[in-house]
Amino acid sequence: MTQIFFDLMAAIVILGALGVVLVRSTVYAALFLIASLMGVAGIYVLLSTEFLALVQVLIYGGAVTVLLLFALMLTKVRDLRERAPEPPQLAGAVAASLALLAGFMTMVYKTTWPRNVGQITPISFNQIGTALFNRWAVPFEIASGVLLVALVGAIVIAMQEEGER
Amino acid sequence: MTVLGAPLVNLNQHWLSTLLGIVALTLVMTFAVMFATYYERKVIARIQQRLGPMRTGPYGIMQAFADTFKLVAKEDLRPATADPVAFELAVFAIFIPAFLALIAIPYTQDWIVSPLPLSLLYLLAVSGLSFIGFLMAGWGSDSKYALLGGMRAAAQLISYEIPLILAAIGVVMITRTVDLSAIVVFQHKVPLIVWQPLGFLIFLTASIAELERQPFDIPTGESEVAGGVFIEYSGIRWSMFQLTSYVNMYVFSLLGALVFLGGWEWPFGRDVGWGYQLLLTLAKMSIFIVFYLWVRASLPRLRVDQLMSYAWKVLIPFALVQIFLNGLVLVYDLPDVALLITSGAGAAALVFFIYRSVRVKPRRPLEMVANGVAARSVV
Repeated sequence: MTQIFFDLMAAIVILGALGVVLVRSTVYAALFLIASLMGVAGIYVLLSTEFLALVQVLIYGGAVTVLLLFALMLTKVRDLRERAPEPPQLAGAVAASLALLAGFMTMVYKTTWPRNVGQITPISFNQIGTALFNRWAVPFEIASGVLLVALVGAIVIAMQEEGER
Repeated sequence: MTVLGAPLVNLNQHWLSTLLGIVALTLVMTFAVMFATYYERKVIARIQQRLGPMRTGPYGIMQAFADTFKLVAKEDLRPATADPVAFELAVFAIFIPAFLALIAIPYTQDWIVSPLPLSLLYLLAVSGLSFIGFLMAGWGSDSKYALLGGMRAAAQLISYEIPLILAAIGVVMITRTVDLSAIVVFQHKVPLIVWQPLGFLIFLTASIAELERQPFDIPTGESEVAGGVFIEYSGIRWSMFQLTSYVNMYVFSLLGALVFLGGWEWPFGRDVGWGYQLLLTLAKMSIFIVFYLWVRASLPRLRVDQLMSYAWKVLIPFALVQIFLNGLVLVYDLPDVALLITSGAGAAALVFFIYRSVRVKPRRPLEMVANGVAARSVV
């Protein structure tokens, strides 16, 4: 049963990711991205980290993609035309993506994965909270500080001053 | 696990019982929504000193069925320039999250399709997904009004989700659980509305905005965006949008009844049997529904800028104040009454703030001004 669900979720993630890169319409690409992120949430559920799954749905499914869709729908983004990229751009793109692929593959092969996958020790919601706010409180606070600065910066950039327009 | 109180069939297989529960809930909800449309028309008619539907059947009770048959029989139109995939799938992107929310709600102590340990968070996360459908419908319809309506809907939904979640966090801090059943059990002596009046007010306001009901029906306002995202839809798809908005009304009413009014636990305790428990939950849910209808009949629609600044400049700061006060009470281990006093003071401040900003400024009568000017000129 779990195997079937994992295959389903993995298929959604991979097909969604392929859709993001292959589809010409930018809005469709954003919708495929949402599907892919939802699939990741499903995999979190299978790993019995329900809290992460719900946060994935809430933040990535609910908040991040809305910005993307807003930008795509409000600006007149044309659908990408079928055309071959310029040779130097093509070379750079191939090199960058191959380097990324090599990096991920070495990471996957170098890691010693736990043998017994059947035994997942579920981490409870309370444990995550305690770890986040006791043990790792300082990194957490630093991250929130950085986010706050980014938020204020975005407001300052977007704010129109008197008489400006 | 039992699906419907008594174990009618011995359902050992979890997925089978869940599936049956989902099917049963979907059917019940469809009829409940038909009843809700009739009820809404009747209640609003009474508030406006009208009779409402009277012709179809005694007291017009068949009106909802007549409406449903008319809507289903209408042609399902799609504009020629609309994007076929986004236009057709948008309905499901709104419809599915609304029904997904229903499976984690404990209707009585045992009537819950799938008991999730994080059910409150699950409900908020799932109901926050519907904006995708609004954006798809708005963009896919290829209509200016629909796009404007979709944008407004998405902006409103994600803005008001924040005070909603913050109010829920205040509750979670006190009950120390995210499980809706446990939150209900926590209230066996006193419902949480007593300890969290400020959080309750914020939840109530934000839920009206999440439902896009009047006075927050800016995304669908007829006079501004001509129906918003629904402008190009007709027949079965339009009625599915309507169905979803009423299902959402039930979901938020149930959520409010369970989280703030004590659900099936308060005031009789859990030993009254599932019949009374269900009645109690539904009665508390009805309080919320009547309130939503009353507000709809009483208040004029806000402007879109008022809506946004109300969420970001009033509700979210007050929700943060509520969390801060709860934190103070919990850290210093103050008695429960401190919660009531601090949160009540916050609620009073919120009400006063709203009153001060919406009241009509008393205007000095013209002759008084004239007399004053005259008197001064004489002196």
